[in-house]
Amino acid sequence: MATALAAGELSSVDLTQLHFDQIEKVDGAVHAFLYLDKEGALAQARTVDAKRAKGEALGPLAGVPLALKDVLAQKGIPTTCGSKMLEGWRPPYDATVVTKLKEAGIVILGKTNMDEFAMGSSTENSAYGPTHNPWDLTRIPGGSGGGSAASLAAFEAPLAIGTDTGGSIRQPAAVTGTVGVKPTYGGVSRYGLIAFSSSLDQAGPCARTVLDAALLHEIIAGHDERDSTSINAPVPQVVKAAKKLDVKGMKIGVVKELQGDGFQSGVLSRFHEGLDALVSAGAELVEVSCPTFDYALAAYYLIAPSECSSNLARFDSMRYGIRVGDDGQRSAEEVMKLTRHAGFGAEVKRRIILGTYALSSGYYDAYYGSAQKVRTLLMRDFSAAFALADVLVSPTTPTTAFKIGEQVDDPLAMYLNDIATIPVNMAGIGGMSLPCGLAEEDGLPVGFQIMSPAMRDDLMYQVGGTLEAALLAKWGAPILDKTPVLAAR
Amino acid sequence: MAAISRDDVAHLAKLARISMNDSELDHLAEEMDLILGAVARVQEVAGRDVPPTSHPIPVKNVVREDLVRPSLTPQEALSGAPAQSEDRFKVPQILGEE
Repeated sequence: MATALAAGELSSVDLTQLHFDQIEKVDGAVHAFLYLDKEGALAQARTVDAKRAKGEALGPLAGVPLALKDVLAQKGIPTTCGSKMLEGWRPPYDATVVTKLKEAGIVILGKTNMDEFAMGSSTENSAYGPTHNPWDLTRIPGGSGGGSAASLAAFEAPLAIGTDTGGSIRQPAAVTGTVGVKPTYGGVSRYGLIAFSSSLDQAGPCARTVLDAALLHEIIAGHDERDSTSINAPVPQVVKAAKKLDVKGMKIGVVKELQGDGFQSGVLSRFHEGLDALVSAGAELVEVSCPTFDYALAAYYLIAPSECSSNLARFDSMRYGIRVGDDGQRSAEEVMKLTRHAGFGAEVKRRIILGTYALSSGYYDAYYGSAQKVRTLLMRDFSAAFALADVLVSPTTPTTAFKIGEQVDDPLAMYLNDIATIPVNMAGIGGMSLPCGLAEEDGLPVGFQIMSPAMRDDLMYQVGGTLEAALLAKWGAPILDKTPVLAAR
Repeated sequence: MAAISRDDVAHLAKLARISMNDSELDHLAEEMDLILGAVARVQEVAGRDVPPTSHPIPVKNVVREDLVRPSLTPQEALSGAPAQSEDRFKVPQILGEE
């Protein structure tokens, strides 16, 4: 699309309108979007077209439409985070990621659906109803960024932004047959990203190809003085890496602990085909062991709720968001309690209570303190593994997309979906998921995860780009060509 | 670890400023028991000699020059407020009648 735009074969206005047409046609069934900004998007498209007509220099993705996860603040545009708590809120400022997208000439179509405050693995926790997987509308599109991933698979948008705290970019990418990247922690600014778990949250690119993700990655990444955890170092050269298409002599570490019990057979067989493709391309496989991974999920479900119980204290009904029960008689505290009861959904309350418990005196050392120690051990596991291999790989998720409603009443089963993605967030390293085929038993997409050391995001793009090209040569066409054609509703 | 009672959850809900009815408290006490049972295993490997990690990258205090820069106007800052008065956030009473 970018090439056609640059060549003047297609205007950004036409391209943007075509995407709104597709959204009109299929989003009734998919429900990827919470809000569409037709006016703003077409205005941006017209600006880019005018600049191009004048011969002004434009970025590589100028004029290309994008779907923005509703966790990022966009000035003047309703931003709900999938919660009733923020219904009707229009931020007075742009997140740094949004500023960078606008500066790059990218056209933001609208805001995508997500699990409330990014807590979930299925988008069923959205206060505005679930998103449906374009591969099978009775199944989940992953979460929390299910709207962003589904919009790509349904051809409603060619690019999207997600955020990943325990897998919320990579798991939706895996189950929708798309590409999703969680950059190194600190690689992309968190300013304007509504915080869930500050030491784990990271925004990243979602796309249909590795190169598209790389182009978007370079646009949104970089140091930001408005985020104290932003890394002040050059952005890894991920576009160059994605174009290398060469892994000769690279060592690929296969994580022993992420392929055994609980992994669906069709997921494992596609994953092994991916490994074979990398070997054929000249890479060397090394088995690595990360024994603490077994404890990562437990530690995550202490650290993330603890941080969330603190972060979500800001929703106090005083400065923004909804206010419930203010009858002129009740105290501020009573109004706060009523508002938080009405504004938060079940999963959010569950995690706030869990986090409040883990941080309370008497339990702090046993729970939150121990989880932080597990975090140290996880980082040691990764260091040892990266001493043996350039990147590590695993299936992104243990299973393909499950049915909507199947796990919603069983939080522990739901949490297991992120077993392979969580260690990456805990260590703050980079992780990517790209499609490696369809599972034979259900015909649904399988994700291949590549993990790279901190600030070596280029390595996962190099391996991902090579694997994608090898699989494409084998298949003859991208797997997204096999998504069912969604009928108009 | 000790089982979580309904009263424990009620106390946590009070700390977290979330009002909850009886059935919510009962349901959550049950779930908390299950979840805490599952996550308590972090204690198996968290030896005394292991230092804790709070952030994946070293975090240091960041300071900047104290300069006047463009910022939100009062109207912009108040644009999402549930109630406002005289360019300020208006909140329910904080102190009791007494």
